[in-house]
Amino acid sequence: MISTKNITFSYQNQATFQFPDLICQAKETLLITGNSGVGKTTLLHLLGGLLRPASGEILIGSQNLNDLTEKQLDAFRGQNIGLVLQQSHFVESFNVLENVVLASWLASGKKETEKATAILSHLGMQEHLHKMTSQLSMGQQQRVSIARALINNPKILLADEPTSSLDDVSTAKVADLLENLAAEYNTALIIVTHDSRLKDRFTNQISLS
Amino acid sequence: MIVKLAWKNIWFKPLNTTLSMLLLAASVAIITLLILLQKQFEEQFSNNADNVDLVLGAQGSPLQLVLSSVYQVDAPTGNINYDSARVWMRHPFVQSAIPLAFGDNYLGYKIVGTTPEYLEKFNSSVNEGKIFQKNLEVVIGASVAKKLNLKVGDTFQGTHGDAKEGEKHEEFDYLVTGIASPTGKVIDNLIVCNVETVWQMHDEGHGEAIQEEHEHDEHAHEVVHVESPKEITAVLLKFRNKMGIVTWPRMIAQNTKMQAASPAIEINRLFTLFGVGLKTLEYLAYGIMLISGISIFIALFNRLKERKYEFALLRLHGATRLQILLVVIVESLFLCITGYLFGTVIGRIALGWLSAASEEDFKMAFNPTEIIWDKEGYLFIVTLLVGIAAALIPAIKAYRLNISKTLANG
Repeated sequence: MISTKNITFSYQNQATFQFPDLICQAKETLLITGNSGVGKTTLLHLLGGLLRPASGEILIGSQNLNDLTEKQLDAFRGQNIGLVLQQSHFVESFNVLENVVLASWLASGKKETEKATAILSHLGMQEHLHKMTSQLSMGQQQRVSIARALINNPKILLADEPTSSLDDVSTAKVADLLENLAAEYNTALIIVTHDSRLKDRFTNQISLS
Repeated sequence: MIVKLAWKNIWFKPLNTTLSMLLLAASVAIITLLILLQKQFEEQFSNNADNVDLVLGAQGSPLQLVLSSVYQVDAPTGNINYDSARVWMRHPFVQSAIPLAFGDNYLGYKIVGTTPEYLEKFNSSVNEGKIFQKNLEVVIGASVAKKLNLKVGDTFQGTHGDAKEGEKHEEFDYLVTGIASPTGKVIDNLIVCNVETVWQMHDEGHGEAIQEEHEHDEHAHEVVHVESPKEITAVLLKFRNKMGIVTWPRMIAQNTKMQAASPAIEINRLFTLFGVGLKTLEYLAYGIMLISGISIFIALFNRLKERKYEFALLRLHGATRLQILLVVIVESLFLCITGYLFGTVIGRIALGWLSAASEEDFKMAFNPTEIIWDKEGYLFIVTLLVGIAAALIPAIKAYRLNISKTLANG
């Protein structure tokens, strides 16, 4: 589903990152681990099409991201890549449901209100559909982020440190949730983390150094 | 959805939004008020001066003469001798000459001695009743009838001079014989009668005139020609030969004790004077608009810092740079359009108040519901430009936002 070949990236005047090749199929989970500063987030942004590699190729499905123009990449990202960030950001002036619907509209031009309601309910958020996002707890906000990432049935789901601020029980729950959802939505799941609790749980791992 | 996002966003910070909108509305209100006021003022002035080429009257300020005789807003310059005026009134150049004699008022409404032609000049006809024929018969203007609730057949006593509280002419009663049709011009606020009535009032009321001949019995309801130095206040002249407009003012000034003033020239002078004041106000209003533009700019710019994650997020989900640019500009335009709408309404409410006050003082009303498409349209475009200009820098910053960097630091 997603594969990379010889990708490198360098920020201006800074060391060049060289990333190992990776591959992750639908319904599979790949854990990318490493200490701070080794380029975990950079790799995630490269995979998510937020950054372009200095060299090398990223293939999502059969699409080489290098072949896309800026505008095509925006559209492709909206339709095929779901991102769950370390910190949840929302459109502050929209409520929970509107935030999720907005993601469907940006990707397809259609407002999938029913689908958004279904996913949010699936994640146990049916009581909070019309709340403002600032009224939610951190865990609830993360669920909304996940719902938003999944609304367009992306080919890959990228999660950046999804458990860094959670206790052990919650960590296990979130890990289960993400894994189950990836299987359910036929999505490749890539989790970037330095959380050792996850390292024991997922076998498919790549360590950056 | 972009529009919805922009709309929800401006109300997410209601105080910022209200401030920007209020400033904009204030400037638009002032400018709208000025636009309407200027147009309607000029319209009223030129309407009332229709068919008046020159005004013949006593020497003094020509502007005062024009204001008092054409617009009925100032005190007259004095009186002129009817016989010497008649020389000019009968001149072959003259197409029509309407004499005006002021003397009394009734509850602040001027009683003007004139001829039925005066009504015709305003395209006014007698709606109810008939035109004045004998002394002491009056036709009242439409507004006078409405405000004082006078009907045909009613009688009243006039007060000497132009002040409401004055010496009453108790020995004569005016009789309302007709009510003039409404015109929106000064005639609506006048009481007109024949010139002889004014003379009769003057002579009998004050006993100053020497009555040498008593050819007629002094029945109040007949035309009484009182032989005394007959005086009138002014004559409105319309020329057959337009040469007169140019040559007469000098000729009359040199040869008589009267003067001839051109309403067109005097009113033009007045507008030039007014113009400075109006222009100043207009600049002030545009200044406020500039400030409101800056306030919108600051509000958007500050919000941008808080909202960069939001924009990065939108980009993350497939929004193009252009859509982000649009959100910011649409927000600013929303502010401006709403501000503009409030402004035009507030401006018109203000004009309504002003109109009530000016009607009280000058018998001059303004119409707040008039829409002047070209000037107000121009104002609308200026408002939109202010909105776009204020949004430009924040919008470009949003457009150029580096999503990866923004999200990585968040």
